Amino acid sequence: MKRLGKKTVALTSTPHIIETSSIVGKKEGEGPLAKYFDFILEDEYWGEKSFEKTEIKILKENLNKVLQKAKKTPEDINYILAGDLLNQCISSSYAVRESEIPFIGLYGACSTMVESLAVGSMLVDGGFADNVIAMTSSHFCSAERQFRFPLEQGTQRTPTAQWTVTGSGAAIVSTEQKGPKITNVTIGQVVDMGIKDANNMGAAMAPAAADTIYSHFDETGRDPSYYDLIVTGDLGIIGGEILKDILLKNDINIKGRYNDCGILMFDSKAQDTHAGGSGCGCCGSVFAGYLYNKLQQKELNRILLVATGALMSPTAIQQGEAIEGIAHAVAIEN
Amino acid sequence: MSYLTAFITGGILCSIGQILIDKTKLTPARILVLFIVSGVILTAIGLYEPIVKFGGAGATVPLTGFGYALVNGVIKEINNYGFLGIFTGGIKATAAGVGAAIFFSLIVGLIFRAHAKA
Repeated sequence: MKRLGKKTVALTSTPHIIETSSIVGKKEGEGPLAKYFDFILEDEYWGEKSFEKTEIKILKENLNKVLQKAKKTPEDINYILAGDLLNQCISSSYAVRESEIPFIGLYGACSTMVESLAVGSMLVDGGFADNVIAMTSSHFCSAERQFRFPLEQGTQRTPTAQWTVTGSGAAIVSTEQKGPKITNVTIGQVVDMGIKDANNMGAAMAPAAADTIYSHFDETGRDPSYYDLIVTGDLGIIGGEILKDILLKNDINIKGRYNDCGILMFDSKAQDTHAGGSGCGCCGSVFAGYLYNKLQQKELNRILLVATGALMSPTAIQQGEAIEGIAHAVAIEN
Repeated sequence: MSYLTAFITGGILCSIGQILIDKTKLTPARILVLFIVSGVILTAIGLYEPIVKFGGAGATVPLTGFGYALVNGVIKEINNYGFLGIFTGGIKATAAGVGAAIFFSLIVGLIFRAHAKA
């Protein structure tokens, strides 16, 4: 039986993540994880005319890079699962345009890296695909225009604001038996705690992450000590503290084995990134770059990757709706 | 002396904006609008004129000063042209500022490209 509970499934054929690739922006490339990324941009444009076109290029080049690293051709790939933050997920659809690989577009806001890994690994485990690519991207400048204010307006950033990562992560999930494997998938539900502050996404997403992590442990029968690292996507400093508090109230103590991609990505004091990094590309590039490397080096052997998304629509917020949170988790083990 | 009073007045107004950004959930756009509307109300009830007398450009350059200019323009136009001045006064009085903002935005937009603050 593959289904363990309401939200969690066990992947009996254990699909493997055979290769990853990451591209990040200049600021991310000046952070503490710089050496783990495959490619670092020199400016926000990368020779393109707009930030949106740059983001498309980032994702497209990352797709080429992961294929190249894995020595695969587009014909070897059964599906691409990808999503991003822009309206109609244009970064993803334009990025895959020339590849001629069947494409499944996903929208999970910043949870997209794990959402795509989760759905992709279930496709592989179900026998519907031999190789799928899970990927995502975000760009600080295009995300500011989409969700807050255009950069041209030059508005001040608030202390709780997070910094949308410019970057992309791509991973090939395969039936091939090499590399770390995905053993469990926990798909989260939408959690709405009534947070309306678009500058405080961490607080909107933390309850969703807590709900998914709690369900994961409850349904798998594991406890936090099973994992070397429980790592959330982009809760940041504020959201991470809220998560630890909520879990502690439910008798789950993740202190000492918890971290967050948004915190790992930047040196928040030196780089003035306020509450930490965020965006699809945050979890995407930190996983594809740093975490995958640590798994290959066997410095980490069991991780629970929990990507968190704030399903935020500026239109809905203006109409008085709150920001919904969602979180998905995959257990990745050597 | 006028430099000092202008510095203090402008500084206080901007500090209020910073406190609003840090301590409330107001977006920057709302704070800007709030400053203009506050300037209009304070001028209308006669409280902003003394601030301008004390602080000079420290009170007229921040956005509350834009509200001050709107109200004074309306009052002046009503005195000259009557009822229609309600609609024409504010825009006439601030036309130079608004026109210049549009003109220079266009020039800057043509010459430069947006970048993230490093």
